[in-house]
Amino acid sequence: MLTTHALVLAIMLFCIGLVGLLSRRNILYMLLSLEIMLNAASLAFIAGGARWGQADGEIMFLFILTLAAAEVSVALGIVLQLSYRFKTLDADAFSEMKG
Amino acid sequence: MLRLLWLIPALPLAGFLVLALFGGRFSRRQIVWVGCGSVGTAALVTALVGADFLRGFPDRPSYHQTLWNWIDTSGMTVGVSWYLDALSLLMVAVITGIGFLIHLYSVEYMSGDDGYARFFAYMNLFLAAMLTLVLADNLPLLYLGWEGVGLCSYLLIGFWYREPEYGAAAQKAFIVTRIGDTAFAVGLFILFTQLKSLSIQQVQTLAADAWPVGSNLAVIVAVLFLAGAVGKSAQLPLQVWLPDAMAGPTPVSALIHAATMVTAGVYLIARMHRLFELAPPVLEAVAVIGLLTLLLAACSALVQRDIKRALAYSTMSQIGYMFLALGVGAWSAALFHFLTHSCFKALLFLAAGSVIHSLRHEQDIFRMGGLRRQLPLTFWTFLIGAAAMSGVPFITSGFYSKDWILWSAWSSPLSHRWIWFGALLGTLLTGLYSFRLIFRVFFGEVRTPPSGAPGVAMLVPLVVLAFFAVTVGFLELPRTLGDLPLFSQYLSHVLPTIETIPGMDESVEAHEQIAVTCSALLGIGLAAVLFLPRANVADRLAGTSLGRTLLPFWQGGWGFDRMYDGLIVRPWLHLTRESGEIIDRCYESLVVAAESFHGWLSRTQTGHVRWYAATVAVGALVLLGLFAM
Repeated sequence: MLTTHALVLAIMLFCIGLVGLLSRRNILYMLLSLEIMLNAASLAFIAGGARWGQADGEIMFLFILTLAAAEVSVALGIVLQLSYRFKTLDADAFSEMKG
Repeated sequence: MLRLLWLIPALPLAGFLVLALFGGRFSRRQIVWVGCGSVGTAALVTALVGADFLRGFPDRPSYHQTLWNWIDTSGMTVGVSWYLDALSLLMVAVITGIGFLIHLYSVEYMSGDDGYARFFAYMNLFLAAMLTLVLADNLPLLYLGWEGVGLCSYLLIGFWYREPEYGAAAQKAFIVTRIGDTAFAVGLFILFTQLKSLSIQQVQTLAADAWPVGSNLAVIVAVLFLAGAVGKSAQLPLQVWLPDAMAGPTPVSALIHAATMVTAGVYLIARMHRLFELAPPVLEAVAVIGLLTLLLAACSALVQRDIKRALAYSTMSQIGYMFLALGVGAWSAALFHFLTHSCFKALLFLAAGSVIHSLRHEQDIFRMGGLRRQLPLTFWTFLIGAAAMSGVPFITSGFYSKDWILWSAWSSPLSHRWIWFGALLGTLLTGLYSFRLIFRVFFGEVRTPPSGAPGVAMLVPLVVLAFFAVTVGFLELPRTLGDLPLFSQYLSHVLPTIETIPGMDESVEAHEQIAVTCSALLGIGLAAVLFLPRANVADRLAGTSLGRTLLPFWQGGWGFDRMYDGLIVRPWLHLTRESGEIIDRCYESLVVAAESFHGWLSRTQTGHVRWYAATVAVGALVLLGLFAM
């Protein structure tokens, strides 16, 4: 029962994150949405680990946490550079590599 | 000493490699030492090996040497292995001996040329390939040499590559001989698939066991081999390349297109004689091809203006004699004519080359004349060569070899009387065209004054070859004149001796010889009447209506070039141009499709991160959906 609730919550969080990623134009908000999606995935792993009584879920959570920290540090650096170059945070303005 | 056999082809090959890699940095003297030295050493080694071989002859009729395995797959082993017997020793001796003399001659003849190192590199490569051809123990190795000499012929005809027409002549020679080579290769494949062997000696034994005389397979393979021989030896119907091949430097014409490469076809047929004996109709075809070529080429030789083209047609005609001899089963006679021909024809080419050299590359005999006093040594050597070619009796080698062939054509059970009559007409024409050159070039008034006489390096080969052009004939004297069958005894361990039909005794042979002699002398006499400048009947003959139709026809080699041009070249070019449109459109549509597809795909690359994220999400969904199904 707990697992089902946790998974439903994870799905909802994931969808919120996805919708936020696709609809927001500010790149900072897009990063926030990404974090929400990562957390949704972590929650699903935790729920799975609790369901089968295995440590794997928590280990995966630790990995995702590390990954998210690394990602944010790199991404914020890029955002900083982008805001210097383009004087804006609008993601649609950064379309230099159009095919 | 016999173990040194591998050195004979290896030395010229080494010479080629050295000249090809470092020739640009060498001085002229160094190039000469490498280019001539390698061939000279090969000739010396040949002499040593030959002496050793003949000491054990005929108790040990052949010597076999395998160096390494070239191809070794299941069911097929091809070694780099040499086979020395009486036939290949004869070929090797001629190739290295005359090859060395011609190299020596080239030292001076080519001295003013920029491509000195390139010339000697190609010549050395040619000799290596030619020696591989004649020494090969198996057919693939022989084929390697066969293609190698074709390549060198191409490279040397187009040696002066800045002239577009020389390049065209080189391509023509390459493509026309390639037709024969393809047939030869197909024949080789059939032999291998049928008999599972490629060793020259073994495969013929197997063929003689497996195929009865006149069986289909034997005839097919023999025809394919004959096509290869015909292409290489410039016989009908693949003879069109040889006159154009005269675009190359004169030493090349002497070495490749007179003395050695063009006789490779004769060698091939003699080497595969047991196969050809299984196919009597093909053997008859060989004789007929030889007869036709010798007559057609003799007529063409009679009317050429270019001295080298005239000699080229005479070469075709003389090789026609060899084919005729092979066809009537006179194997040894064919090779005897090969021996004498390579001496006197190399001599004629080199003498013609010294005339051309002295006249600053003038080749038109109508602008020559009166050179008898200006170039006496050239005149005498050319005279000896022409006399040997027309078969002046008793004193020249050409008389003995040609007489042997004609006697075989008369007495062989494989021959017909009309073949003999055709060949007799050929001797008359030979006398005519040989002495036409003499009378046009060396008699009469001086038209172009020579600019200096040839030097020692050119005269020594002329004198040596003139000596041989006279003396090699004494290796085989007929029954009626001394009876000394040295040459036929020597070759009898490789090639079967000729049979004669009964009733052919010495008195018949003597009568036949008188007829041949009269015919040759009549030809020379006619030449004197027709072409001596004082009489000048030929010009009046050329002015008649018959002369005006025949002259251009014969000069153009009986219209073969025009026929091939109309039948094959033009339709083919037309076809490529017409169908080219359609094929091009196929490829163009491919381009259009690729371009539109590319444009379509590149539109998805918007550069918007959110769009990429959306596609990733959709893609993930689609994949999940696929897995769920």
